[in-house]
Amino acid sequence: MSGVSRLQYPTDLRIIRVMCAGRVDLKHIFYAFSKGVDGVLIVGCRLNECKFITEGNYHALNVALLSKRIMEHIGLDPRRLWIEFMSSADGVLFAETVKKMVKTVRELGPIGNGKVKERLDEVMRLIPYIKIATREKLRVKLTDPSKWEEHFTKEEIEDLFKNVPSYWIDPEECRACMACLRRCPVGAIDGGKKLIHVIRQEECIKCGTCAEVCRFGAVKKLVGQPVPPPPPEDMRTVKKAAEA
Amino acid sequence: MSYTEIEGIEGEEGNFTVRLLRKPRYVLEHRCTGCRNCVDHCPVEIPDVFNQKLSKEKAIHIYFSQAIPLICYIDPEYCLYLKEGKCGICADICRNSAIDFGQVPQREEVKVGAVVLSMGFDPYDPSVRPEWGYGRLANVISSMDFERITSSTGPYSGEILRPSDLKHPHKVAWIQCVGSRQVYEGSKSYCSAVCCTYTQKQVILMKIHNPEAECVVFHNDIRAFSKGFERFFERTESLPGVRFIRAYPQVVGEDPVSKNVILRYVTPEGKLVEEDFDLVVLSVGLLPPSGIDKVASELGIELNEYGFCKTNPFDFVEATKPGVFVSGSFIAPSDIPEAVYTASGAASKCGRLLGYRRNKLTVPKQYPPEREVVEEEPRVGVFVCHCGANIGKVVSVPSLVEEALKLPYVVHAEEDLFWCSTSGTKRIMEVVKEKGLNRVVVAACTPKTHEPTFMDSIRMGGINMYLVDMANIREHCTWVHPLEGEAAYEKAKELIKMSLARALLLEPLELYEIPIDKRALVVGGGISGMTCALDLAEQGHEVWLVEKERELGGMARRIYWTLEGEDVQGFLRDLIDRVYRHPLIHVLTEAKIIETSGYLGNFVTKVQSGGTVYEIKHGVTILATGAVEYRPTEYLYGKDPRVVTALEFEELLAKRDQKVLEAENVVMIQCVGSRSKERNYCSRICCGETMKNALKLKELNPNCNIYVLYRDMRTYGFKEDLYRKAADLGVVFIRFEPEQQPVVEQVQGAAERALRVRVRDHVLGEEVEIGVDLVVLAAGVVPAPDNQELSEQFKVPLDEDGFFKEAHVKLRPVDFGTEGIFLCGMAHYPKYIQEAIAQAHGASGRAMTILSKEKEVSSGIVCFVDEGRCMGCGACAEVCTYGAILMEETKRGKKPKVIPVLCKGCGLCNSECPTGAIQVKHFKDEQILAEIDVLMASDEELKDIIDKKIKQNKGAKAA
Repeated sequence: MSGVSRLQYPTDLRIIRVMCAGRVDLKHIFYAFSKGVDGVLIVGCRLNECKFITEGNYHALNVALLSKRIMEHIGLDPRRLWIEFMSSADGVLFAETVKKMVKTVRELGPIGNGKVKERLDEVMRLIPYIKIATREKLRVKLTDPSKWEEHFTKEEIEDLFKNVPSYWIDPEECRACMACLRRCPVGAIDGGKKLIHVIRQEECIKCGTCAEVCRFGAVKKLVGQPVPPPPPEDMRTVKKAAEA
Repeated sequence: MSYTEIEGIEGEEGNFTVRLLRKPRYVLEHRCTGCRNCVDHCPVEIPDVFNQKLSKEKAIHIYFSQAIPLICYIDPEYCLYLKEGKCGICADICRNSAIDFGQVPQREEVKVGAVVLSMGFDPYDPSVRPEWGYGRLANVISSMDFERITSSTGPYSGEILRPSDLKHPHKVAWIQCVGSRQVYEGSKSYCSAVCCTYTQKQVILMKIHNPEAECVVFHNDIRAFSKGFERFFERTESLPGVRFIRAYPQVVGEDPVSKNVILRYVTPEGKLVEEDFDLVVLSVGLLPPSGIDKVASELGIELNEYGFCKTNPFDFVEATKPGVFVSGSFIAPSDIPEAVYTASGAASKCGRLLGYRRNKLTVPKQYPPEREVVEEEPRVGVFVCHCGANIGKVVSVPSLVEEALKLPYVVHAEEDLFWCSTSGTKRIMEVVKEKGLNRVVVAACTPKTHEPTFMDSIRMGGINMYLVDMANIREHCTWVHPLEGEAAYEKAKELIKMSLARALLLEPLELYEIPIDKRALVVGGGISGMTCALDLAEQGHEVWLVEKERELGGMARRIYWTLEGEDVQGFLRDLIDRVYRHPLIHVLTEAKIIETSGYLGNFVTKVQSGGTVYEIKHGVTILATGAVEYRPTEYLYGKDPRVVTALEFEELLAKRDQKVLEAENVVMIQCVGSRSKERNYCSRICCGETMKNALKLKELNPNCNIYVLYRDMRTYGFKEDLYRKAADLGVVFIRFEPEQQPVVEQVQGAAERALRVRVRDHVLGEEVEIGVDLVVLAAGVVPAPDNQELSEQFKVPLDEDGFFKEAHVKLRPVDFGTEGIFLCGMAHYPKYIQEAIAQAHGASGRAMTILSKEKEVSSGIVCFVDEGRCMGCGACAEVCTYGAILMEETKRGKKPKVIPVLCKGCGLCNSECPTGAIQVKHFKDEQILAEIDVLMASDEELKDIIDKKIKQNKGAKAA
């Protein structure tokens, strides 16, 4: 409606269309920042006016609240991320929001390529883990705006990052049954029949599927401790193979 | 056919000839693109009728900004050219030669089989009664004015300002029943039914705009009788600074300096008060559409005594002339859900009449075969639009074309004045063919208006219709940055670049089809279920009608008359008879649903009846399971035989029971089991039922004293007349507050008149004692006890009160979120028989939108799963409230399976998925992220980045 009403706002905005605010993924937000975008605005339908029955706008709200806390945690000013709910008739609100946001982001200046870039890349790697860990809270329908601020707390996010797990296959217990290897959604597990399986840590998305499917308890979830190095390539033959 | 009037109608049901008058717009519909350049240049300002004349419009304009069709018309009363032959600027300015001053009214005849009248209502005009001060005092406005003021497209861009000084009002009063309920002289006798709740909405809006605002609503009964209304009222009433006062105020005048409006009223305690307000809103009622008498006679239909459409007493959607149906407020003042389901109901009626002719006149459009493009090197065409002057006057379109040609994979770029014009779309089609394009970017306006147009032209050009993307360089650029030519040009360039990146990653999408089973399952054999079953069977569909009791009829078996005095039992016998006689309806009584599965078009339900288990395959399901009467625990019910419920009383009346004929004093108590903490809703029908019973009692036993103890009398619509009639006949109405419930007690020791009712009368301000022969409790309507089980079986939700929850309380009153399942009757909410019948027609109309098709076709924009990337967590299936994702066991654990026709493409599952294994087509992560990539890329990097993306995308698909 801003367009039809010829309302003016700064030229700094580029709009990317999605079918529902619920489609805005944690990944999209941090990807944009990591590529050097200085501010991200999520616009969804008014709350309780979702045209889908999935009410994705409430999900978007939670994603935004979570993202803001993560941004705070990694030293990126959360005022670079905005979320507004409006109908297609809310031209004035849209133009005003863009004006205010551009002003704020201009004051904050360019995002730069410094340390925060590294932290953003780290967040990008952890997105599967973050989504799993915060799943329940991402689904809450936050009808009461007074609860928005504290839906995700600073401490919670600190814990989230402190407790990033690593999955490691204990070579002593692995029976090379191929279960985890076949089920890893990103194909980050090496090994073969009679060969001890090894998780390539740099590719692991920490989803925990391997631990879930291992019948022998060989996959360990390590929190706050380093991952032991894998056995050398020539010493990976299993002692006790799994029965077929 | 907008801007068209009916001049007459001849013929009969199944074969009407309608004479139409198309009024001149002076704008050629097929040429106007809605760009509004002419509006900007028109020199004549006129009052904006859509905005209640609170702001200005031009002599050439679009009626309102979301109008369909979105094209201009010229108001001949004001246009200088049409009046005096001067000006003509619009014709000069229009680049598409859409202005045609020579247009004259066109007469046209159409042949139709049925007619639906959805003529709406007119708001009451409060200026007819000068005492209101409307039109005289600047700060007295109507609720319609207030409605426009709160709108973002309204006169003050959504700011709530008062007309006298355009300042924010702080103290606002609403006066209810303006034009309704004979409250004031010249008012209509009926209740307009919607004003109480729209006023509450306005109060809430006022409080949102200004949390400090003081809001006062002067009313005479709060009629919150629809689903969710009681809670809405409570919410409004509990806001700080909001007062509801039961009083009839008088507009005294205005303060000459502040222009505040002074109201005088008597408080419920009897005190005379004068209070001044910054703004006074008159909550105006609903009138029949203006000029309806003439139209009615041309149509050959009758009107009722109120000037609304006279309808079949049992079937609201039928007018008095066969083949003519009605929907919406032309039936009676009504709210949105009633308007929606009567509309679907009228459509269903047309289907019953004309179903045999379905699809006889449709001619499917022919498209050339689709070229396989996936393996081709990308060849993109960029089509940049001037949109008349809308884009071209801010940014240089030729330069954009030149720049576009430099972009990777662009083999063609071209400009046009209007790409959306017939010649433009044809040209795109030709270029796609000639140059072998496999991706198209149209840099023009919003996809909302023209995406389907361009999808169609590339499809005609022989490629999949999803291979086009639109760069919105009008709404997102030239319209909002008209003064920043250079920055706007750079932005337009970037928008085209982003669109190109997206276009390059677009994939041809297929439309999924599922066959539709033509049979229907109707659960519940009451009036609603039977009506639905007959509607569907009459249109040739086999129906399984499942009833848990031994006989059909439901709640109606206990009702003898409608409020209007119609014979319900006779009607019911006839209905049951027609159901049993219909060869396509299978009735299962004493039936129980054992289990149900499947989805839209393909359900399977097991029903047990009489020792047999039937496995029924059906394409749609309709839940019409009704509700039950509340069984009171209060007022000595069950302890003293003289205390009965309204339904029991109705039976006594029907049987001419001595107890009724000889009664000297009867007390009727309202809101028994309703509007309480446990059941925080109004049962809607009890006030009317009580009026019906009171009038019947007066008829049978004129000397009987009747006392009605009530909280708010909710005889909405035309039922208000029954309330008035009862009062005229001497029925005594005593209002009580919920904190001071009446007391029914047995008087110890006294031989006669041993039953007594005590209540505090608020008018007298003292307690009244009534010795009674009978106490009639208006026991509320409560959800059927099986609802919980049915809700789990059919996977459809219940609301907080235990009734079934529709997809949208206003806009989709008979649909569930789950497709293929519908709802009607008391299972939805308490309602009168006629309302239930209309809603049943509505449900059958909605069901027919599915059953009338051979197959259901999904959009191409649906989810798909890359099983390899899936960790089987099931998050996607959990959040999909459409039930479009099922978890199925595979060799590699549980994996989601998408049912494409149920998927709406919202993409929530995609955002929930930790690994990105489920993606919504057309809005895949890569497609979204590519836009960010190219936006942040330099010109040198562009080709590499795009190539990388294309490679990745191909790789992902190969894997």
